This record gives sequence, C-alpha cells and structure tokens, in this order.
Amino acid sequence: MGGSDSAGRLVRPFTLTGGRTRPSRADFTLITTVTAADPQPEGAARPQPEHARILRLCAEPVAVAELAARLDLPMSVVVIMLCDLLEAGRISIHPPHPVNRTTPDLDLLQKVREGLGRL
Amino acid sequence: MAGSDTTAARPAPDTVKILIAGGFGVGKTTMVGSVSEIVPLRTEEPLTMAGLDVDDLNGVEEKRATTVALDFGRISVSDDLVLYLFGTPGQQRFWFMWNDLAVGALGAVVLVDVRRPKTSFAAIDFFERRGIPFVIAVNGFHGEHPYPVEDIRDALTLPDGVPVMLCDARERESCRDVLIALVDRLIAQAEAEAAS
Repeated sequence: MGGSDSAGRLVRPFTLTGGRTRPSRADFTLITTVTAADPQPEGAARPQPEHARILRLCAEPVAVAELAARLDLPMSVVVIMLCDLLEAGRISIHPPHPVNRTTPDLDLLQKVREGLGRL
Repeated sequence: MAGSDTTAARPAPDTVKILIAGGFGVGKTTMVGSVSEIVPLRTEEPLTMAGLDVDDLNGVEEKRATTVALDFGRISVSDDLVLYLFGTPGQQRFWFMWNDLAVGALGAVVLVDVRRPKTSFAAIDFFERRGIPFVIAVNGFHGEHPYPVEDIRDALTLPDGVPVMLCDARERESCRDVLIALVDRLIAQAEAEAAS
C-alpha cells in the first residue's frame, strides 16, 4: 500500500509554505515565465533550501508549470514560494502572451502556424 | 511590466497554450508526447487542498491522498515564442484545480475515442460554453478508423464549422496536422473578425 506515502508526499509540501495554502498575489499562471534575478539582491539572506532549488531551476527562464513538475511539488505550493521570491526581488516574471477573443492577434497565430509547419 | 526582463539571463520567451482535452484514456498524454520537444511533464495537485467546495469532494471523501494530474509538453515555435500543450484531466470537474487552465488558451483539441464518443461530450460542452475555439480529433486505436468523419460529426451533434479530423495520437505528423488545423481555424476566425 503506497497510500500513506503518497499522502505524506503531498501534504508535507505545505510545510514549505509555513502552512499557507493560498498565494499572496495572482501573478503566476501555469505558463508565466520565471527567471532568477542575477545578481541576487544585495544583502539578501541565504535562501532556504527549497527556494534555492527554485532559483537554480530558473537561472534560465522557465514556466511555472515546468518548475512545479521538475520540483515534484504541487503548483499551488510552488506559486506560494514564488510569491515570496518575487517579493524579495529574487526573481522576475514574464506574463503569458495575452489572448483576446474579440481582437485576435493574427501575427501571433501566423507565427505559431509557421512553427508547427516546421515540426 | 513591473519586474519583467530585468536580469542578465536570456530574455523570457512569450508563452501561449493549447489544451488537449477529452475523456479518460482517450490518448491525451500520448498526443502531447508525440509532438512535445520534451518528455511530457506531470504536475499533481492534492485533492484535499486548494479550497475545495464540498460538492467537489463528493465520492472522494475516503481518498485523502487523491491527486489530480496534469500532463504537459512544449513546442518552441520560434526563439521567442513557446507553445505549451496541456493534457487536461479526463474529469473536467477537476480543471478548477489549476484555476487558470482554460483561461488564455489559444484553443483546444478535443480527442474522441470512436468506441466511446460520449466520454468527450463534457469537454465539447465546456469549450462551446466558454467560446473557446476547438477542433475534434478522432483517435483511431491501432490507427484504425472504422467510421467516416460525417458519422462522427452526427454522433457528436457538432455545430457547423467545427473541424473533425481522424488522427493517430501516437504519430507526430498526425498530431502536428491536428494542431495546424486548429491554428488554421483560429487564423480564419481572426481574419473574419478583422474584415467585419
């Protein structure tokens, strides 16, 4: 029976957030791109281990969903930690390309079409 | 944009997403894996968290460790634009666990199993209600397609204009063609919008 193990694997992550289950800000979607600030803010304390792991993984830009998968943590947990890192100036974020149904972005769609055509 | 692109790393690419939806076991993750440039990744949410409404937990009260998984892949369409493909959970009532999953999607592919077309009705209904453009891709298991496209269109009572394609979710070219059909539809709609 792996039941208790998998329960622990999923509940324990919230200890990383100090028990918080809600993010403090709404900046992070699945495909928001996150990049570690380089250099890190002056005088910043040593990041806690999970924060340090995130910063290593986003040395190059990476989407939030990828971060969660690579950390093997629920996205809800990762987002809370990303809020802390953003507020500490340790990461920058790039929001997804906006999608507007009433005024579709033809250039964007053509670009996607061309990219798929090259597959 | 506050906090954007202030670092020395290469600039962050723009990101867009397409959803791959359909009933349980219809081949969503297979399709994602066929066209993704990375081995599909998975992120799981615990069902016991995330502020569930009581209704959402009906039937799963005993399973404290239940998780819902989201599989996804990525295609770099250019140096500065990345397309993510999300294989949505088979049970659409769990999509809320990633509260922005359907928000901001370019469109969707609804995969249909010809043997069990009803399992994809919920996904079709979801995208219709929200005005999210979609195409239907009929996944032929072992590459076999026993029914013509028109029969499938009738069985699904699709509105006119929704493309229906036969595909093999295991084949890269086949999945690419489905995505191209979706984007062609989006382009046609955008052009019609621009002309009106």
